[in-house]
Amino acid sequence: MLDSIAIGLQHIFTIKVLLMIVAGLFGGLITGALPGLTATMAVALLVPFTFAMDPTEGLIVLGAIYMACIYGGSFSAILVNTPGTPSSIGTTFDGYPMAKKGEGERAILIATFASVYGGIIGVIFLLFLSPPLASVALKFGPPEYFWMAIFGVTIIASLASKNVIKGFVGGAIGFLISTIGIAPIGGDVRFTAGFPELQGGIELIVALIGFFCIPEALTMVGQRDKKFHLAEAGKVRGIFFKTLKEVMKKQGNLFRSSVLGTFIGILPGAGGNIANLVAYNEAVRVSKKPETFGTGIPDGIIATESSNNAVVGGGIIPLVTLGIPGAPPDAVLYGVLLLHGLRPGPELFTTHSKVIYTFILSLFVATILMLPVGVICGRLLHRTVVRLPIRFLAPIILFLTIIGSYSIRNNIMDVYIMLTLGVLGYILKRLEFHPGPIVLGLILGPIGEMGFVQALLMGQMLPNKWMIFFNRPLSWVLIIMSLLSLFWPLVAKRLAKGWKIKEI
Amino acid sequence: MKRLSFLVPFFTILVVIIFSTAVFAAYPDKPITYVICFNPGGESDITARIQQQPLEKVLGVPVVIVYKKGGGGAVGWSELMRTKPDGYTIYGTNLPHTIVQPMTRGKAGYETKKINNVYFFEFTPNILAVKKDSPIKTLKDFIEYAKTRPKLSIGGSGQPSANSLGAERFAQVANLKLTYISFTGSGAAVPALLGGHVEALMTYTSMAARYPDKMRAIAIAAEKRAKALPDVPTFKELGYDYTEGAYRGVAVPPGTPKKVRDVLEKAFEKVNYDPVVIKKMEDLGFIMEYYGEAKSKKLVEKLSVYYEQLLKDLGLLKK
Repeated sequence: MLDSIAIGLQHIFTIKVLLMIVAGLFGGLITGALPGLTATMAVALLVPFTFAMDPTEGLIVLGAIYMACIYGGSFSAILVNTPGTPSSIGTTFDGYPMAKKGEGERAILIATFASVYGGIIGVIFLLFLSPPLASVALKFGPPEYFWMAIFGVTIIASLASKNVIKGFVGGAIGFLISTIGIAPIGGDVRFTAGFPELQGGIELIVALIGFFCIPEALTMVGQRDKKFHLAEAGKVRGIFFKTLKEVMKKQGNLFRSSVLGTFIGILPGAGGNIANLVAYNEAVRVSKKPETFGTGIPDGIIATESSNNAVVGGGIIPLVTLGIPGAPPDAVLYGVLLLHGLRPGPELFTTHSKVIYTFILSLFVATILMLPVGVICGRLLHRTVVRLPIRFLAPIILFLTIIGSYSIRNNIMDVYIMLTLGVLGYILKRLEFHPGPIVLGLILGPIGEMGFVQALLMGQMLPNKWMIFFNRPLSWVLIIMSLLSLFWPLVAKRLAKGWKIKEI
Repeated sequence: MKRLSFLVPFFTILVVIIFSTAVFAAYPDKPITYVICFNPGGESDITARIQQQPLEKVLGVPVVIVYKKGGGGAVGWSELMRTKPDGYTIYGTNLPHTIVQPMTRGKAGYETKKINNVYFFEFTPNILAVKKDSPIKTLKDFIEYAKTRPKLSIGGSGQPSANSLGAERFAQVANLKLTYISFTGSGAAVPALLGGHVEALMTYTSMAARYPDKMRAIAIAAEKRAKALPDVPTFKELGYDYTEGAYRGVAVPPGTPKKVRDVLEKAFEKVNYDPVVIKKMEDLGFIMEYYGEAKSKKLVEKLSVYYEQLLKDLGLLKK
């Protein structure tokens, strides 16, 4: 292993490869920041270009794009309240309020440091602990995915702590939207209203753009007489090191979120979209001041951005060891491996150890290089957005939403759906429904439904089919986690009261 | 020689004019979009990627792969019905999907007959597979085991699909009671088998080729054995009349001129005989097929009759 690492490093530290990584990072950042272009699409689009390269170099470029794309999603989340990829949904919760306060640059720096940290932790797990961790991917069966979805629903309690009822109603709306289209199990056609295009259901990204971006753009337009710019760009001296120090102090949050991200990345049925919300939830739960979340505090951004970049390394763990992609972009990487005749498994680490270690190390290097590349791009983008008057910014955003929602499947229907959801989102926002729970319902709906139906089918062999949900140890872990998470706000209140009494 | 060199540009222009006005060379003269109706990284994507470069060489224009996923392929195929029939947008098609979806959904957005397949290039038969460390080694072992465990769970990709209908058909001919559990893709079913959440898979040969050290194929639902799995017997050899699998091909929008269809048919045929393509496809467990346009039409007609009867027997047919 050590000599493979040495060879790998030699391969990476050549001008050509380093330039390729930097180019991949730039490309990834831009596609990530554009809502609609996800990491999966970015990686898939680049596949033909890698045919001309040797497999190692192809993987290096794709890895850099993947890593940067997940990070780039935070830019649009912070600057215009629209997650660039589903992995940055939670970044809007605190990133955008921070930007609105005029601290957009600080928010971007926090996201950068957290992303680099998370990315490195993920790659370290990938490099040293792949074989034992990969087995986690297999332990999760349908009943566990069902309980994981239930656990996910409890996140609503912390996302919408001000009005839990509205939060759960929002979640239910999202869940209902997720049932449109062909049923994932069984293949029944549901709620398509006769449109064949709706057989494919509502794409998550289309809903993200609709629910997050359109209401925000409309609100901007509605406020035109009050404010000319989105926010004042305050210049702070030494903001780089000040923010770095501030982020590095939050070791607990950084490490917890990164480990969560890595583990969720390993699970084939869940990726960055869930990881960032779970990490946010846990950050709220651990915090002594949970009420400050959502007002623009660093902890929120740190949790989501470190966890989603840790997913990158985590998702590759089951891919290279078992041939099971941990997240959708990993499926594309798998395709590239297969096309080059590289079959994942122990053989990959012995016969082709040079390729695989070079690839893993290149991810490490790419993550570190993301720091300078990200800071330069992020600052430029921040300045542009903040300096643009709203009368230019709002139409540009609207234009990008249309391009973005079309590009997902090259389908004009998606644009109509996005605009419809956008109007719905605006009305719901006026009624004080937060888009977070709606989108969460949309993400968890199919996971929960699939897990539920598949588990019941598995249960056919048992005397009572419902027992399948309760006769597996890992299911119980998730059940207990769900109960804890659901009742935590109550418990936390009790504890807080207890403390106060003591203080008095 | 040098004195004549000024003629080179003229000559080039002349050649270009002759060839661009000539009817046979008119198509293709700009990039062709090859639409894959499934996820990037899936098997339809991988087969298209294998073809991409050789196809570009044969056709002389870039071939761009785009994805239009959803509804088990139906979103893309319903758009195929309305695409401009100029041959610059072609769609990957799959059997039995394009036969079974209109039969079971009522409104799939397309008609099987209107999908103008110009070529079917590969067949991926079903296999029955168990975990490598399972005590079940032969089909006989499996059937004996399944008799002692009624409603045995068997995973596969999609529903209705070659895997799901195959599982039903196999249960019919072997007189077993199985519970088919569908997953969203061949790849998604694999962790369920390896983690012991389902007892067996009705999956494709390509999966056995991908996971040789984790999965044991015990029988293959084809007329003859697969090159990638020479030791795996066919169901027919073992006395069970069961063949099932998925074909991959390529189609053009209805109304595409014959000349364009011929160019594409020939191009795909040529690519299919490319030794590099054959090697890559076979290594991944795909079986090469050479169905031109006319043969493709016959194949679809033949299979339509078969699936209509099977779906009727299973009570899945929607009129």
